[in-house]
Amino acid sequence: MSPITLIKIALRALLRNRMRTFLSVLGIVIGVAAVITMVAMGEGSKKSIRDQMTSMGTNAITIMPNSSRRGPVQLDASGSTETLEEADIFALRKKAVFIKEVSPVVTANGQAVVGNNNWPVSLTGISAEYLKIRNYEMEDGIMFDDQIDRMAKVCVIGQTVVNNLFPEGDPIGKTIRYKNIPLKVIGTLKPKGSSGFGQDQDDVIFTPYQTVMKRFNANTEIRTIYANSIGEGYAEQATNEVLEILKERRNWTKPTEPFRVRTQEEMIQMVTSTSELLSIVLTAIAGISLFVGGIGIMNIMYVSVTERTKEIGLRMAIGARGKDILLQFLFESVIISLLGGLVGILLGILSAQGVKLFLNWPMSVSFTSVIVSFLVCFATGVFFGWYPAKKASRLDPIEALRFE
Amino acid sequence: MMELNNKKPILSIQHLHRNFQMGEETVHALRGVSYDIYPGEFVTIMGASGSGKTTMLNILGCMDRPSSGHYILDNEPVENLKRDALARIRSKKIGFVFQSYNLLSRTTAIENVELPLLYNSEISSEERKARAVAALELVGLAGRMDHMPNQLSGGQQQRVAIARALVNDPVIILADEATGNLDTRTSYEIMMIFQNLNKQGKTIAFVTHEPDIAAFSSRTITLRDGLLKKDYYNNHVLSAEQALKNLPPPELDLADGGDE
Repeated sequence: MSPITLIKIALRALLRNRMRTFLSVLGIVIGVAAVITMVAMGEGSKKSIRDQMTSMGTNAITIMPNSSRRGPVQLDASGSTETLEEADIFALRKKAVFIKEVSPVVTANGQAVVGNNNWPVSLTGISAEYLKIRNYEMEDGIMFDDQIDRMAKVCVIGQTVVNNLFPEGDPIGKTIRYKNIPLKVIGTLKPKGSSGFGQDQDDVIFTPYQTVMKRFNANTEIRTIYANSIGEGYAEQATNEVLEILKERRNWTKPTEPFRVRTQEEMIQMVTSTSELLSIVLTAIAGISLFVGGIGIMNIMYVSVTERTKEIGLRMAIGARGKDILLQFLFESVIISLLGGLVGILLGILSAQGVKLFLNWPMSVSFTSVIVSFLVCFATGVFFGWYPAKKASRLDPIEALRFE
Repeated sequence: MMELNNKKPILSIQHLHRNFQMGEETVHALRGVSYDIYPGEFVTIMGASGSGKTTMLNILGCMDRPSSGHYILDNEPVENLKRDALARIRSKKIGFVFQSYNLLSRTTAIENVELPLLYNSEISSEERKARAVAALELVGLAGRMDHMPNQLSGGQQQRVAIARALVNDPVIILADEATGNLDTRTSYEIMMIFQNLNKQGKTIAFVTHEPDIAAFSSRTITLRDGLLKKDYYNNHVLSAEQALKNLPPPELDLADGGDE
């Protein structure tokens, strides 16, 4: 029997029971659409996290004390008590070859006030290189130079701060009062959106780090140093180099590390690993619904075989071999599953677009998931159609013809 | 009939036994039956229920295998063939006509007739169609090729079934109570078709339990309790056409196609 004849016979049998065919196709449609949507959801959130993390600077490295100290209070004996200081910045700038830019980050918390407007935002003390490390760009005005005027009462602000403190716009030259200290706005930053951690990267006031240390915090401790490796793939060398330079300055001999160095790659992995797990779980649940759809096919094929016992008997009596009958029923189940697969893929893509549109969830329909779904559907058809078809092909023609 | 004996038999069975295991008991449905059927014969196989005639037909039709004995069909011993080989024999050498027609529902007459040829990959779709048309014309249903079985009368359905049995040009047509579901008039019409086919050289084995149907055949084999009881050559074959004419005219002439 030619495949075309088999397809014709299968289609005719399926069209004869439209409702039943529709329902078993629906089972597969729902399964496949669920898989496509869930995979798109997982992939989408991974991609968006990755994109956001990239916006924070791909080659960024953060250096923090390996201690569990909060201010003067030691929380855990296992950590070191080493802190970072300005001399570390200079040492890194001078010696490190795998590092391009280095900036300290010191923060002060409080309320920014301009006239009648006020806004809770922390004050971030940095050096000018910080903008390059974190991919900030100036929109208007100029950036301060923290080495020329180390304790200048100036600041550069992000868009969120502009919108909240200067609703009329044009903040350049105006003054923000932060903890009663006036800071003159000399520049604004281009908007960047939120980071992978849900942080608004535009809700910032940047000022020279010495200003924060001396005028606000009254100490010289640096909590974090941000740096930039010379390019992708140098993260590990940069990490080792940074640790070496910092230890060398301190003549560090203990086996424990005084500082924690984290690369952006690690951060991305850390954040995406959670969403990866979530996406695996979601896909597994969707996969179960596809499996249930497959069981639906098997069920319907068993019913179909029983119902058409007499037809099978007749076909055998007039010369059909077991193989012919097997293929006839196998084609039916494969057609059901492939039809369900095609419609399910379309529906999945549509529903992914719907989720993107209405729930604002980042979605990314991957070509692989479409191809894999289609192949899985084919396998489902063969797998769940096999036993009913085998049963049909093994019928005894005499018994089958006598079946009422 | 004697001149037939000079030819080789188209079908030859020797000492055919068929036992069925029913739990502890063994039922002997056939207990050593032997006969030959020659090309061009119209044989009716008669017997009461339980005489083994259905078992006989199943074996003749290569749907069942004898427990012992020999069965040679068209010079080929078939008693030991496997399932697929038997299916091939059925596809090429046998035409079946059943009591309950067994047409595929919601399938046109011509598609029903084409069905046996679907299982023969040597036949192209054009040839399949041409042969199905020819077979339907032969049974007088040229005008109803695209009718569904539920649009046809019982007699017409049985004619479609006969066309289906003819379409693969079998060496023998096996009919199982082919008139069992039909009224007398329609039965005679069907017998007329069988007689016409027989005149054209078709060999026919027709299982029935009605003696008046057997009167239309040239030979009657009677089985009883799994044994051949009587093998009777009928020298006064009745003409179904004549018998049809002798029937009182039907009060209501059902448009039954009879355009022969």
